[in-house]
Amino acid sequence: MGKIGRIFPLEPVPDTKSACHNCEPVYFGRLPSCEPNLRRIAQSQASSDRVKRQTSATEDTFVKVEITINGESRVHNVEPRTLLVHLIRDVVGLTGTHVGCETSLCGACTVLLNGDAVKSCTLLAVQADGQEITTIEGLSDDGELHPVQEGFWECHGLQCGFCTPGMIMTAAQLLERNKRPTEADIRKGIEGNICRCTGYQHIIDAVQYAAKKMRA
Amino acid sequence: MPVAKSVGARIKRREDPRLIQGLATYVDDLQLPGMCYVAFVRSPHAHAKIQSIDTSAASALDGVVSVVTGADVNPDVGGVPCAATDFPNVQVPEHPVLAEDKVRFVGEPLAAVVAVDRYVAQDAVDLVEVDYDPLEAVSDAEAALEPGSVKLYDHFDSNQAFTWDLEGGDVDAGLKEADRVISQRFIHQRLAPNPIEPRGVAADFNAGDEQLTLWSSTQIPHILRTQVALMIGLNENRVRVIAPEVGGGFGCKLNVYAEEAVLGHLAKKLERPVKWMESRRENFLHTIHGRDQLGDVEIGMKNDGTITTLKYNVVADVGSYFQLLTPAIPTLTGLMLCGCYQIRNVSMHLRAAFTNKMSTDAYRGAGRPEATYIVERIVDCVADELGLDPLEVRRKNFIVKDSFPYETGTGLSYDSGDYTIALDKALKNADYEGLRKKQAELRDEGRYLGIGLSTYAEICGMGPSAAMPAGGWESGTVRVDPTGKVTVLTGIKPHGQGQETTFAQLIADGLGVDVDDVKIVHGDTDSVQYGTGTFGSRGTAVGGTAMIMAMEKVKKKVKKFAAHMLEANIDDIELEDDRYVVKGNPERGVSLADVSGHAHRGIDMPEDTEPGLAESHFFEPSNFTYPFGTHIAVVEVDKDTGEVDIQRYVAVDDVGNIINPMIVEGQIHGGIVQGLGQALYEEVIYDESGQVLTGTFMDYTMPKAHFFPRFELDNTVTPTPVNPMGVKGVGEAGTIGSTPAIVNAVIDALKPFGVRHIDMPLRPEKLWRLMNGGESS
Ligand code: FES
Ligand code: FES
Repeated sequence: MGKIGRIFPLEPVPDTKSACHNCEPVYFGRLPSCEPNLRRIAQSQASSDRVKRQTSATEDTFVKVEITINGESRVHNVEPRTLLVHLIRDVVGLTGTHVGCETSLCGACTVLLNGDAVKSCTLLAVQADGQEITTIEGLSDDGELHPVQEGFWECHGLQCGFCTPGMIMTAAQLLERNKRPTEADIRKGIEGNICRCTGYQHIIDAVQYAAKKMRA
Repeated sequence: MPVAKSVGARIKRREDPRLIQGLATYVDDLQLPGMCYVAFVRSPHAHAKIQSIDTSAASALDGVVSVVTGADVNPDVGGVPCAATDFPNVQVPEHPVLAEDKVRFVGEPLAAVVAVDRYVAQDAVDLVEVDYDPLEAVSDAEAALEPGSVKLYDHFDSNQAFTWDLEGGDVDAGLKEADRVISQRFIHQRLAPNPIEPRGVAADFNAGDEQLTLWSSTQIPHILRTQVALMIGLNENRVRVIAPEVGGGFGCKLNVYAEEAVLGHLAKKLERPVKWMESRRENFLHTIHGRDQLGDVEIGMKNDGTITTLKYNVVADVGSYFQLLTPAIPTLTGLMLCGCYQIRNVSMHLRAAFTNKMSTDAYRGAGRPEATYIVERIVDCVADELGLDPLEVRRKNFIVKDSFPYETGTGLSYDSGDYTIALDKALKNADYEGLRKKQAELRDEGRYLGIGLSTYAEICGMGPSAAMPAGGWESGTVRVDPTGKVTVLTGIKPHGQGQETTFAQLIADGLGVDVDDVKIVHGDTDSVQYGTGTFGSRGTAVGGTAMIMAMEKVKKKVKKFAAHMLEANIDDIELEDDRYVVKGNPERGVSLADVSGHAHRGIDMPEDTEPGLAESHFFEPSNFTYPFGTHIAVVEVDKDTGEVDIQRYVAVDDVGNIINPMIVEGQIHGGIVQGLGQALYEEVIYDESGQVLTGTFMDYTMPKAHFFPRFELDNTVTPTPVNPMGVKGVGEAGTIGSTPAIVNAVIDALKPFGVRHIDMPLRPEKLWRLMNGGESS
């Protein structure tokens, strides 16, 4: 399991080991204290619908995807139409990758596919078969922030934080390709990522901060 | 260890570690066991009768749990509420959560599907058969008000939603007094707020406890709780609203939406957790829009540039229904029409029109950007008419420093201000004289440089309850734990504004603890006492003040305890860094943890003192606050392409005292970009049949990083007397100030082409035509 940090104990729902992605283990986000009750009530009903759907789906409705996410190889059976972002978020439970437009236009869903920044909302999970994915959760190194993450924190490169994971992944790739980006390079380099909050200036500062740090 | 003073410092945000590592929990990140996904069937027509809805195929699909229509839900769920219906001639439409007989805009929900995953839910939506009888639609507000127009509501006389009039002084006398009178039409196009996180709702009902938990991406968890409880018929204390991490709002999440009640109802009815996440397309169709006013201004002036009168005759397009604050928004335009000028004779005549579009409501600035745009464009028009420098017209009409508190012609009382210092500083920072010289030189070369000014004043810190549709006060609780750590419960709901940091700074200095020892809790109605929420640049000015007042009560008690423990007189106790010491005898002191431990032990109490260390305060502001500033934009417009190159952007803002300069700068940067977005790029376009032509980020131009230069920010500080911190609020200043600056700059650049006004957005095509002899479209 990749690092999910502070998310509430990862606990698979019982009796859901099957080939259907609906039946993949369900993970709990950080829940409020009333959670045990919610869990109990929801579970009994959940399993019955899931089973119903599972039995009606033929084996060949699902395809096997072998994928490495944040250094850990995993195998999932998913519907062919499953988007990569939904595999990452709903199946694997890594919710740091966000969805802001589902049309490749906002960049909130950006992840690294074999080191290239791609928009996971318009890739199918099957297209990532056999590939390596890095998400925001896998960017820091053993608890130490990636310089881009550090830059965003130092320079106030985020406000609501929703565009931030995608923006950071794009910036990380940018700095892999260009160690000394000018301000114009950075502005151009993140044009596929929309931020509605910051006005971008502090994001530029953050990337410059990271560039400097990475050169040192 | 002495605690450094943290107020005023560029302290890194304490909310960031979770956000930069993907560890935050937004609504869509919640997964409860057995959670179902909800998707809505939405009208593809702008105006149609619903003949029948056939849900059988959808219901039969594997994995579908339930399909409900308006007929199923509306008997149990009340309509979408509006808090501002107190207007003359108002016609308030019924607003069912799911349309039953008729749909009135594209995207209106009429059925909901519940399924075991989001894909199945979407499949099922496609299987719901709706038989529509399409009707003629009206999407133009002026046309909607014409006699004989298609009506949205058969039982209303017309499409006129309400009217509103405001008059200060005597506008007709002002016209008579004028040497010249000009008029100009201004269009404030419709905008989509577009937070990058769309709306989302999750709900779970615990039948044993009869308790509904509703997670919503909202700016107003408490108001939402009250309204949803009323709508779905639960006692309010049986509804817990949690606004988890919220990915931006800009006013569009200051609302109560149909989906919030429907999800609550479904969770209760099905007794299982449900979740709905809005798609971007749905967000364009069924999340409120902003602006959309179209008005004619008549302006009287003296030959020396003195403005003698301002008349605004406006039609506001409110869309098809009232959302929470829809009717209130254009009235804010009226109140702020005078801007920072002494305009004694001023009037607004407002007619609001129903059209077959999504409702308008609060979008960053909410009514005030329209006012600022009008008045800041007008001073430029006056300058143009009289052949004066726009700068001189501004100085001529400014409200002068010693007249504060200043009563405006529209009945407001501006708290404090010094418009000249901000202007002078901006002129100096921009080198205004130098820019004018450069402009003349470039014109000789056939290049078109434009310099635009905006000297805005805006209304913030909302606000006195008497002036607000749904209460304007705010609440705060400060709790000191037995170990001396501090927990704050605030009624506001930060979603990017950084109050987890700035509030901690205030508490740290106020109580003598480390910033990291302060925790700010918000957005959970079961944890936090009732509050109003985050909007109208009120978070710190009103919510912060409530917290400070509660903190002062705590501090008073701390001193009482310290005096008791140190056997000193309470008046001799003072806070020195992180210790409460006896005046003149600093070795004798106790820390907050010492005091709190003692207070929670419950023995050896000072006389007449209760144990524990927690206090609350509900703060009612006596007035709004009025930030101001000067923005200067320098643009070059390319004659061959019509493109606007923003070369420099200089801003001097005065938002009162500043708690964390880094956060204030961030707010201003973001605000400027949103204001420039309106000026240059953004527009929600509905065609004549009411179809949305700009329903994706492909068609609706969102501002991107490479559109802008580095903004040059500076500030002046004129504290407000309205709250003890002297802070005015900064959330909307950038948006309000920037739009006219850039429009004025572009129009200034195009002066050689005889251009006096161009309507936003200033797209290259429009400008190219004006510069190359064609008509503007
Ligand atoms: S969600 Fe993928 S680009 Fe917007
Ligand atoms: S920080 Fe909110 S969208 Fe970028």
